[in-house]
Amino acid sequence: MTALPVQLPLLLRALREPAAMAAFSEREWDLLLRQALASNLAATLGLLAEEAGVLAALPARVGRRLGWARTVWERHLQAVDFELRQIKRALAGTGLPLILLKGGAYATAGLPAGAGRLFSDIDILVPKEQLADVESLLMLHGWAGTHHDAYDQRYYREWMHELPPMQHMRRASVIDVHHAILPETAAARPDPARLRAAARPIPGQEGVYTLAPCDMVLHSAVHLFSEGEYHHGLRDLFDLHRLLCHFGAEPGFWAALPARARELELARPLCYALRYCTRLLGTPVPAAVLDAARAGAPHAALQALMDALFLRALQPPHPSCADAFDGAARAALYIRGNWLRMPPLMLSRHLLHKAFLSPKAEPAR
Amino acid sequence: MLTLASLGPRELRARLRGPGLRLQTGPFVTCVQSPLALLADTLAAMYADYPVLEEGGVADFHVRLSGSNGLRRLVRPQVHFHYDGMAPFQPLPLAQAFPMFEWAMNWCVSSQANSWLVIHAAVIEKSGLAAILPAPPGSGKSTLCAALVNRGWRLLSDELTLVRLDDGRVDPLPRPVSLKNASISILRDYAPEAAFTRPVADTVKGTVAHMRASSESVARAQETAMPAWIVFPKWQAGAPATLTPVPQARAHMRLAENAFNYSLLGETGFQAVARLAEQVRTFDFEYSVLDDAIAVFEQLLRERA
Repeated sequence: MTALPVQLPLLLRALREPAAMAAFSEREWDLLLRQALASNLAATLGLLAEEAGVLAALPARVGRRLGWARTVWERHLQAVDFELRQIKRALAGTGLPLILLKGGAYATAGLPAGAGRLFSDIDILVPKEQLADVESLLMLHGWAGTHHDAYDQRYYREWMHELPPMQHMRRASVIDVHHAILPETAAARPDPARLRAAARPIPGQEGVYTLAPCDMVLHSAVHLFSEGEYHHGLRDLFDLHRLLCHFGAEPGFWAALPARARELELARPLCYALRYCTRLLGTPVPAAVLDAARAGAPHAALQALMDALFLRALQPPHPSCADAFDGAARAALYIRGNWLRMPPLMLSRHLLHKAFLSPKAEPAR
Repeated sequence: MLTLASLGPRELRARLRGPGLRLQTGPFVTCVQSPLALLADTLAAMYADYPVLEEGGVADFHVRLSGSNGLRRLVRPQVHFHYDGMAPFQPLPLAQAFPMFEWAMNWCVSSQANSWLVIHAAVIEKSGLAAILPAPPGSGKSTLCAALVNRGWRLLSDELTLVRLDDGRVDPLPRPVSLKNASISILRDYAPEAAFTRPVADTVKGTVAHMRASSESVARAQETAMPAWIVFPKWQAGAPATLTPVPQARAHMRLAENAFNYSLLGETGFQAVARLAEQVRTFDFEYSVLDDAIAVFEQLLRERA
């Protein structure tokens, strides 16, 4: 087992035990704020401090800084609520339940995982058979497809689990329409029909659903642990931590989780999620669940390698938390993320195409 | 209180190269790191009177301005701005290090400081009353502001007006006044005793120079002011100095357009702008001669007394 660093970064200490924030010195805060801002967790940190009853005890400049981030989050929630109403209106004619995924689901359902969390797109899940209807209705209501080049179209429509992101022409908001939670070309293919069948209505939001608690955790896990880009790694791990803490209080949740993971072919991501949540964030997972989840673990050598990668990539993306191997770990995970997306031959064709044939994006100004 | 001047040039450079210079400007503390001698020298000239804090406290912003690496150091060297590891802007030619520092300092505040309504406007004070001068670039806002602060008005800010959300008062953020192109020589003639940076040519805004904020304005940076007027200035060749009242609803909309975080603050932003538009007199103001313009501001002050 790879040993954890003796002293955890300040941000991890604060996330594990929010009440401990009261005891941090100004010098520590100076660094902690920077780690939180780099991890996109400043608003979250402020809300955690408030929940733990220590916000008023923090240095004035810290409280003010956390307040700035909170203002951004509150405005974000308002915008998400508005956007959701527009999407609902656009899709009302389909009679489909509006199933929200990830950030949009956490925010709308008022889950603790949504507290302080910013996200750029709203993700929804619809049956594959109805993709065309949903797409044309969204277009009628002002969302236009992106990624127009023929290769990208084929990439999304044949291989991926979602339409090319659709952006609203006036508000510039982006919606990702998913029909599954993993690409068509990935090895594991969790059956979307099962996910949809288990979806739960959000109280007070007619026609709007989240995935069932176990499925929400598993989706968050599969998303995080098949990613290639880990800039939001810690933020996403903290989502998992909060989902587990929240749903862990529901009767039957823990017993059902490993079984549901097997059923959906997601035992491996669940194993990683529990492993790194417990190790980095101290998530209280029952021992029996950890044992059961170990069925999804890779063999020891691979596990050691994944530890070396994930225990780096899931740290705050701030120079104060990076060791000499940080860059290498993030690069290796980027390659792995693509590797998991499609079989090797297809992947090499894809990368060649992206490197030499796709039109280059406009250089940033 | 420790000021930047009292550090001396060696200690200033050591801090900039090492743990960072913790510079207090108005309500903000910025930790500045930079190995650039050019920046250190200009900071020493422009920020001499500003408070400097010791390490061990909390800074609002952590910025670093660095030079180019490798061959680029020899051929057309550049200055790079880093915000705690991120690079939000393209690098600029090295000669523009100080203008870049100023723009970056403005960006730190305008993009984050949401405990104020932040208006893109100059703001000056006399007898406890503040005049807010919002304006698009090129309207002569900074020129007028620079002239007024050399004729008895106190500089609160040349670029960012910080309106408190609780009581509507303005918190000063006095920093060097940015002057462009023809304004530079006009102000040098108008205020020969003021200190200016050497003009930097070929920036995105043309030739740029900064005028130092007076020691008095820096010393009184904690002294708030009550907004009394909003004046939208416009320099117009040959025009007599003329004030035209702006109706309150129109003033609200124009303030909102000039505020960085009006929409972000939501209802709070609306209330802050509404209160401001309610409590001040708002004018469009055309002028061509600085002395005439200043007479108009003095007249506004007398009417208020």
